[in-house]
Order: sequence, then C-alpha cells, then structure tokens
Amino acid sequence: MSTRIENFEQLRQKYEECKRLVEVRADPDYDGDKKFILVCGGPGCVSLKSLQLVENFEKLIKEHGLENKVQASISGCFGFCEKGPLVNIFPENIFYVQVKPEDAKDIFEQHILNNKVVDRLVYIEPVSQKSMTDSLEMPFYKRQMRIALRNCGLIDPEIVEEYLGVGGYQSLAKVITQMTPEEAIEIMKRSGLGGRGGAGFSTGRKWEFGRMYKGDRKYVICNADEGDPGAFMDRAIMEGDAHSVIEGMAIAAYCIGADQGYVYIRAEYPQAVKRLQIAIDAARKLGLLGKNILGTGFNFDVDVRLGAGAFVCGEETALIQSIQGNRGEPTTKPPFPAERGLWQKPTVVNNVETLANVPVIFEKGPEWFAQIGTENSKGTKVFALAGKVNNVGLVEVPMGTTLRQLIFEIGGGVRDGGKFKAAQSGGPSGGCIPEQFLDTPIDYQSLSKIGSMMGSGGMIVMSDSDCMVNIARFYLEFVVEESCGRCVPCRIGTKRMLEILTDITKGKGTLDTLAELQSLAETIPDTALCGLGQTAPNPVLSTLRYFMDEYKAHVEEKRCPAGVCTDLLHYEILPEKCIGCTSCARGCPVNCISGSPKQTHVIDQEKCIKCGNCLQKCRFGAVIRK
Amino acid sequence: MTEQKSPCCTESNPGFIELDAYIDSLKIDPIDPERKEKLIMTLHKAQSIFGYLPAEVQKFIANRFAVSHAHVSGVISFYNYFTTTPKGKTKISICMGTACYVNGANKILQDFENALGIKAGQVTPDGRFSIETLRCVGACVLAPVVLVNDHVYGKVKQGQAEKIIEEYLVEYGEKVEEQ
Repeated sequence: MSTRIENFEQLRQKYEECKRLVEVRADPDYDGDKKFILVCGGPGCVSLKSLQLVENFEKLIKEHGLENKVQASISGCFGFCEKGPLVNIFPENIFYVQVKPEDAKDIFEQHILNNKVVDRLVYIEPVSQKSMTDSLEMPFYKRQMRIALRNCGLIDPEIVEEYLGVGGYQSLAKVITQMTPEEAIEIMKRSGLGGRGGAGFSTGRKWEFGRMYKGDRKYVICNADEGDPGAFMDRAIMEGDAHSVIEGMAIAAYCIGADQGYVYIRAEYPQAVKRLQIAIDAARKLGLLGKNILGTGFNFDVDVRLGAGAFVCGEETALIQSIQGNRGEPTTKPPFPAERGLWQKPTVVNNVETLANVPVIFEKGPEWFAQIGTENSKGTKVFALAGKVNNVGLVEVPMGTTLRQLIFEIGGGVRDGGKFKAAQSGGPSGGCIPEQFLDTPIDYQSLSKIGSMMGSGGMIVMSDSDCMVNIARFYLEFVVEESCGRCVPCRIGTKRMLEILTDITKGKGTLDTLAELQSLAETIPDTALCGLGQTAPNPVLSTLRYFMDEYKAHVEEKRCPAGVCTDLLHYEILPEKCIGCTSCARGCPVNCISGSPKQTHVIDQEKCIKCGNCLQKCRFGAVIRK
Repeated sequence: MTEQKSPCCTESNPGFIELDAYIDSLKIDPIDPERKEKLIMTLHKAQSIFGYLPAEVQKFIANRFAVSHAHVSGVISFYNYFTTTPKGKTKISICMGTACYVNGANKILQDFENALGIKAGQVTPDGRFSIETLRCVGACVLAPVVLVNDHVYGKVKQGQAEKIIEEYLVEYGEKVEEQ
C-alpha cells in the first residue's frame, strides 16, 4: 500500500524506488534482460480492440511463466491513430502498427521469445517504401516534439508510481518548498506559455491577476470541456497523463492562493473521467493532494465536475455557472473570473493542455521552454489532425511549424488522391484556410491574421470533394443548436445566417441574400455577449473571403462545384455510352430509371432523389453528375 | 387534481430508494447557497438510474435540494445530455463531429433513419431502437463513427445500417430472414 509522502526528501526517495518501474521504457541506457510490451490505449486503438490485445499478451506471459521478465501494459495515446492499434516493445524500441488481438501470439513467439522482428507488422513508409521500426524515423513523428504529451505512450496512466518514476510531482515539490508564489508566477511569465484553449493569453499574467485579487477563498478550475467537434487533444491528455494536469493545477493553486480545484469535464468522456478520478484518489493517498502537502502547510484538493453536453460551457463564465448548478449561460466580462468567478471568489480557469505544460516548465526552466516556438508564441501545440488526411492522429509540434509541414509531412497529404482545398482550425469559432496560406507558420498571431484562429487544436483537412458553402452551413447549424439564447445577436443573428446558407445550398440564394449574409457576419462579432457568438461567423467570413467563387456558383449558376449540395445536383445518362445493362435501374431506390435490357436507360428527373447510386453502379461511365 | 404518472415512477420503483440514498451521501445543507454545485451530478446519477428524467424525478430532486422545480427543469432543458423522454433499449448514436461529417456521416444517419422509419431524436414504437446524433466521440480515425449502446462501429459505409440493426434484432430473439 502506498503511504503518505511527508516531505520533499521522501518524494525523492520514492522517485528512486519508482524509477525502476519505468527503466525499461524510459532509460535509454537500460541494459538488463527485461522486456516491456506497451500497447496504445487511445480512443482509436481501444475501439480497434487494443484492450483485448493486452489481455492476450498477459495470458501468453503467464502461460510461459515469464512474469518476472516480460510485462505488458496499456498507456495513453501514441498519436498515430491511423495505423492503430499500436504496440511498442522496449528496450529495443520496435514499433508495430495495425496489430490485431490475434497478432499477440506472433509478436510474443517471434519477438519476445526469439528476438526476431515480426516483419509483417512493421510500418512501411508509403513514399520511400522503406520499412521503419523506430517511431522517431517515421515522417509522422520526425517533426513532432512532445511536451504536453510527454508521458502519453510512455507510462500507465492508472499507476501513480509510474508517474513518480518519470519525475512526477517534483516540480510541485520544488515550487512549494523553494519558491514564493511571486517567484513561481515570474517563472511562468518568463516561459511565455499562453492559454492553449485557443486565445493564447499569458498563463503567468492570468495567475498574477488571480493572486492580486483578494478573497477568503480562491479556486483553480481546469477546463476539460472539449466541445469542439473533431478535436480530442484534451481527452488524450486526461486519459494518458491525468497526473500532469493535477500537478499543474496544484502549482497554479499555490501561486494564486487557492485551496480548492475543480476539473470540469465532458460527460461524453467516461474513460477520461474514470482515469482522472483514479489519479486524484492516488494523489490524495500519497498526500500530494489534501491538507499540509509535503509538510509545507499548503492545502489543496481537486474534485471532478461533469458537464452535460453544452458547447458554450467551454467559455469560462458559462463553465462557472454550470459548476454552480445553473444553466450554462455566460455572464458579461468584466468582472473577469480572476476577480469574481466561482461563488464570486477569485478564480483561475486554465485549459487541460496549458496545465499539462506547467510541470515541465518548472522541471526544465522557463528559458528552455521559451526557446521553443516563435517570437510571440512559445512552446508546442497539440493538434488533432483529422478529416481527409492520410495520417489521422494526435500530433504535437513546436509553434512556428507550417501548415504544409503539419498536413503534408506529418499528415501524409490528402487521402484517396484528393486535392487539398482547405484546412479548418479552431472548430466552429475558427476559419477555413485555403491553399495559398499553407506556408503560414502556426502561431496565435499568424492564424488570426488569415481569418482563422489557433483554437483548442482541431485541424480538419478538406479536399476538393468538400463544398465550402455546405461546411459553413454545418458549423452554423452547430452554433445555432449550441447558442444559449441569452443575447440577441447570437440567438437570432446566427439563426438568420443559417437560413440564408441553407437557402444558398438549395439553390434559392440571390446576390442580395449573399450581401445580407456578409453584413450579418460582420455585425455579430461586434455585438454578441461571449466568445461563442463573437467568433461564430468566422467559418462564414473565411469562406466568403477565400471561396467566393463557390458561393457565386451556388447563387448565380445554381451549381455546386464539389457535387455535395443535393438540391443542385442533376444526374443524366449519356445515350452513347449506355449499353442497357440495367444495373443502374436495379440499384435505384425510387425506381425512377426506365429502359429495357440492351436499350438506353433514362432517369425521370421528377422522381429522382439524387442519391447517386446509379453513378456508383454504372461500370461504363454512362451516368454523369452535373 | 390527478396527475398522470409515468410508468417508471410509481412510488414502489426501487430507483427512488437508490437516488434517495445517493442524495443522502452528498450531505446537502438546504440553506448553503453552494449546495447547487452537486445538482448536475445528481441529475447524471438520476438519469443513469431511470434512463431519463421525468417530472416526478425532477420534483423529487428539487425537493431534496430545496430549489424550485423550475430551476431543475431549466437546467435539464439546457443540457443536451439530459432527456425527459425515454430512449430505446438499443441506442444508436451517429457521430456528427466535423471529421465524421466530411466523411459522410449525414448519409449514414439517413440510412439508419430509413431503415428504422424514425428520425434522429425519436424512438421506434416498440421501444427497441432510438436514433441520436452526437458531437465528436474523439475516434476521428474511424470516421464516420456509429455507437450502438457502447459498441463502436468505425468507418461505417453506406448500406451497412441494416446489417448493424440486424445484429441487435438477433439479440431480441428475432429471426432475421436470409436474403
């Protein structure tokens, strides 16, 4: 049983003890004869049965009586979701991809027992056709730099000793035993860390405000309400390394003088909630949370609060309302939460990824952190790369990496041979970035200059088969559904915008309505109450700016160039190519194709529902879409 | 003044005993203004017990928290996760996150709607199936994603909906005709 750690010295001793638990994985000089099979427990891999895979390994280890020599375990997300489930074997550092539960036998018998690499499960780089066993060689990992994700894919998130074994909680110990809160805040400011929720506001300055305002109680809140559709960065950190977040919160609490913290997390992430609760319980048991932490007199505890599916609760004042048991409607700022937040007390709200960076800054120093990134944006950023990209996954790159490097080198380019059309960052609050800006460095300023924003880290790649008008409509639909209804510009303005966009995709748009759309999109940001409304028109503004030709095609020619908006589509059969095989007619769900065998077929345009089945069924290229 | 009670919520439903014990364990102080911070967790608990949050359950919770029924009802209606109508035994949820959407999730949704003859947010008349859309489950690599209860179906293709439904019909002991 783990006993309470009373002081820094005991924590150091504990570190020496625990180091051995992770030495096969974390120590590059390890020369013992133990082996470690690490399986990815990220959401993608788990959906592909990686848990079953670990069980199979454990069974094999037991059958062979190798419990003392070989260990199998699950860890947080490795990131390379596209090739999951992933397995890494230490100390050799051999990376296997697309491993099915039944492959456990081959890996165990060939690799573990006979030291032979299982060739068929090794990653083959698609361009050079070279097989690669070291993940760091792979184009997907080469440019990455893992700071916030440093322990994801290294330690078992459910075992606190493993976190202690990689130096966990030592930054907290250093801060509370050797620094005044002011000194620690100064270090945060020097590091240049900005809020990873998207806005990039200096974390050190936020804490300074939290310290400055007086209150008999103060709070630290971790914002884990990752509502941006298509983003899973915070989820990966919570599931893979919850202790980092807790340690970051405790440091924040010491700096501002709080004794209570809350993690506000989405109910849609049950696994993250579970791991977080395990981590909190373990930290309490060790005395790293609770009263008189490490004998310093510093008290701090953390509780979990569940969200209930409201996008606006990612906005800090709405989040506070939600924790207080109310409808999650935002309130006007100022007063900012640092002055009057939860229960009207000074409150600091930080994002998951921001907090996960904090312990590293105190471990390696603010200068080390500040030399990564660009002039104004320091450190790294985690992105969830998804959409029409070859390598879907979780990536962490230094600020200043270009979009081209992110999408084409790491992401492996556009999937299915499609042509790149746009990248969408920042979710419903961000914008679509067209091809001409692919060489823009990723940092807070550059992205907002081109009409998008960093956002929390969703990065959706779109190809020439995506209609930008329809994408803008999709985001607007999301905002309309999620708008809390408190202020008029957001409640009614976004609704009007959605109506106009829907009309355009149905071929009912005119140049007048297009102008009205533009004017609404420019007015709402200036008038809405909170961040949700102020940024809601961004997807529309950016597509109007860069893809006006697509809007015009919809409005003037009643044509959807990408072939997505069904109301504007039109299927025809070319008589010269049709051989009368009847395949299209048989596949038509509404029986609107007539013609006898070996005769030219005709589509009844009145009845056609434009499902596109006939186009897929025809093997002679006789069906065309206009 | 007779009120129609939902079938789940007769006094004898053991769910109320469980909920009561849960609220007891929270040690709510009826005059502490901060008591409400436990309201949303309680609603989560209640929904996990009853499957949904009918008026009787809302009133019960309002009473125990010493807040108005209107407040509880207001909170429930604000959050997507809470529902005041029962869901189907088999819950089909189609992810409508951006990654799934650009990979054709709306067509998958149509497939399920056509196969079951209900729209998203509805339940089949026999109470067996319900369809919902949800926001990003974070398994974007498997886009488009469909969740049936807790089981994840990844890279779902058009035309696969009926097959997936059949798997669950078998569980209801129904014979599925070979086609």
